Amino acid sequence: MNVQTFTPREFHRQAHEALASPQIRANFRKAMDGLMIKRRDVFGDWDLEALRELGANIRLRALAKLPDLLEQLEANCEANGIRVHWAEDGEQACRVIRELCEARNARSVIKGKSMVSEEMHLNAHLEAAGIEALESDLGEYLVQLNEQTPSHIIMPAIHLNTDEISGILHDKTGLERTRDVDIMTAAARAQLRERFMAADVGVSGVNFAVAETGTLCLVENEGNGRMTTTVPPVHIAVTGIEKVVEQLRDVPPLYALLTRSATGQHVTTYFNMISSPRQEEEHDGPKEVHLVLVDNGRSRIYQDNELLDTLRCIRCGACMNHCPVYTRVGGHTYGTTYPGPIGSILSPHLMGLEETQDLPTASSLCGACGEVCPVKIPIPDLLVRLRKESVGEGRGNVPGAGVKRTRKEVAAWKGFQWLATHPAAWRSGVAVAGKLRALMPTRLGPWTDYRTAPRPAGTSLHALVKQHQAKKPAREESQ
Amino acid sequence: MSVRDAILKRLRERADGALVAPESDFAVVTNRGWSRGERLERFERLLTSVHGEVVHASRDGWTTALAKVLVDKGVRRLTLGRKHPVAVEAREALVGGEVELVDADRDIETWQRELFETVEAGLTSTRGAIAETGSLWLWPTPDEPRLVSLVVPLHIAVLDAEAVEDTLFDVIERHGWATGMPTNALLISGPSKTADIEQTLAYGVHGPRELVVLVRHAEETI
Repeated sequence: MNVQTFTPREFHRQAHEALASPQIRANFRKAMDGLMIKRRDVFGDWDLEALRELGANIRLRALAKLPDLLEQLEANCEANGIRVHWAEDGEQACRVIRELCEARNARSVIKGKSMVSEEMHLNAHLEAAGIEALESDLGEYLVQLNEQTPSHIIMPAIHLNTDEISGILHDKTGLERTRDVDIMTAAARAQLRERFMAADVGVSGVNFAVAETGTLCLVENEGNGRMTTTVPPVHIAVTGIEKVVEQLRDVPPLYALLTRSATGQHVTTYFNMISSPRQEEEHDGPKEVHLVLVDNGRSRIYQDNELLDTLRCIRCGACMNHCPVYTRVGGHTYGTTYPGPIGSILSPHLMGLEETQDLPTASSLCGACGEVCPVKIPIPDLLVRLRKESVGEGRGNVPGAGVKRTRKEVAAWKGFQWLATHPAAWRSGVAVAGKLRALMPTRLGPWTDYRTAPRPAGTSLHALVKQHQAKKPAREESQ
Repeated sequence: MSVRDAILKRLRERADGALVAPESDFAVVTNRGWSRGERLERFERLLTSVHGEVVHASRDGWTTALAKVLVDKGVRRLTLGRKHPVAVEAREALVGGEVELVDADRDIETWQRELFETVEAGLTSTRGAIAETGSLWLWPTPDEPRLVSLVVPLHIAVLDAEAVEDTLFDVIERHGWATGMPTNALLISGPSKTADIEQTLAYGVHGPRELVVLVRHAEETI
């Protein structure tokens, strides 16, 4: 398979290429269909609306108290022996982690799945400094071997099928070609065990950071997250500042929503709650634990009452699983760390609308994403808001706002506004348009690729009604 | 201004003004009202649905069941603690037998490769279980360290039947987790698994391939 680089600027070209690939279409269709059914079934005996309501307001409460909770989290972590670091952006966060590694002469880093670390391109940064960063989640490992990026936030290798994965393991690790998933899994297990033992530092993400107790919660099935946070002598957890929750009791509802929404599981194999480094009397676990809190545009999103909802996200991926666009074009097409609907409302803040202007339009606004979101993020509304921002009709607090604004379009709408508020001019305009209807162009940009161009009616509705009323005045009165 | 202070300042001086925190109603995650039998049945059903195995035994005779599991699984080296009553009773029953007992309460640096490569099973106690999701909860200790339930191919966990509660929320509330979290608190719900290869489930990717839960019953119902 060719190594490709994807960028949100090339969304349309990438979408066409993905749509033309039967392999990609089939891989995603099959996976997303299965995930939708599993999610529906696993919520069967739940009052799902009550649970979503609770999940949404736990996240809203956390955001309402965000600065206080971050301070409380920091104080409790530090009291427990976890060192807390802050970073304005991805670059700073990378530097914090690299410096921690360098100060300990670390040459190899083993990683648990972390989307924030993808967002800040940590692996490339560490490698440039001569520090090897190896992914240990099976999907991430396969994607890394194949020199790709994840195509889904929960299932990174969902774009690959069994044969493709067999080929990757064969080419990169020498494993004999097989269609037996158990053999491939066992091979990866053996390859990674050595690396866990040899790693100087483990880097993980965080699913929920509990302010009340200074606890970092990690959700996983494979055990690589526990390995990453237990075997190496140093553990560095990295997370966005929005991942904090107020209390420990806030965790069960969010965890219940997360696993069921993501993969249709009642629960994951492991729920790993870390509150401190190895204590004096303990025999395993890292002797140092660090927490890196990354802003990277989040405090900017935080300023706006509507955009704020973006920060409720618990990264389950249900919105992409249910998105008719994502299912057809796949995750790489978006060219961003976070694909699908959540990516389309988050990436513009992280990368600017100049880069990502096509993403808010990569939706039919069917509403599925908003309906399945476990914390009730009104994703369709936010997509519309970002469309407005990109043509300069929002409040302008998204980087790159107004990038799609053109003088021609502004003038056209101004003209329309004037006409629509001046009835006499409107009517004569409509009459003229009706007369000249034959001159209407049949091709109107992409709109007419799949549709017939609209043509003004010879006689306007207004005129028709007038004629009608003139013909049958008696009947009107009799009613 | 430090990075920290700059971030906090931006959050505090929010353009759209202060936010109001909503109240939370947790009713949906508690008050299941299951009987003891329902809890056990549900725990077993969910755990076995993800390839966990459940073996029932009496409080007094559980070590016989343990010995049988070890024979059935062909275990020759078992790591376990020395102080917890579960470990003490297991040692009493197994000492001098076919299975070599490996002390778990040692600094991992002194025996990492041994644990990773030569130990076939780990025995731990549990603090309890959760019926709703078929989960065990463990707070690893110096006697039963974290890796005992993770690195070995077979994890055997001992659970008392009456320690099964309804939901995670109930466990956190009733046992006052918020007032004193351990270094590491764990929920374990089955053997390690992955579906990263085309959605096909495979067990034993990084952690144990098998999880056997020995459920001890106080009364002689087994």
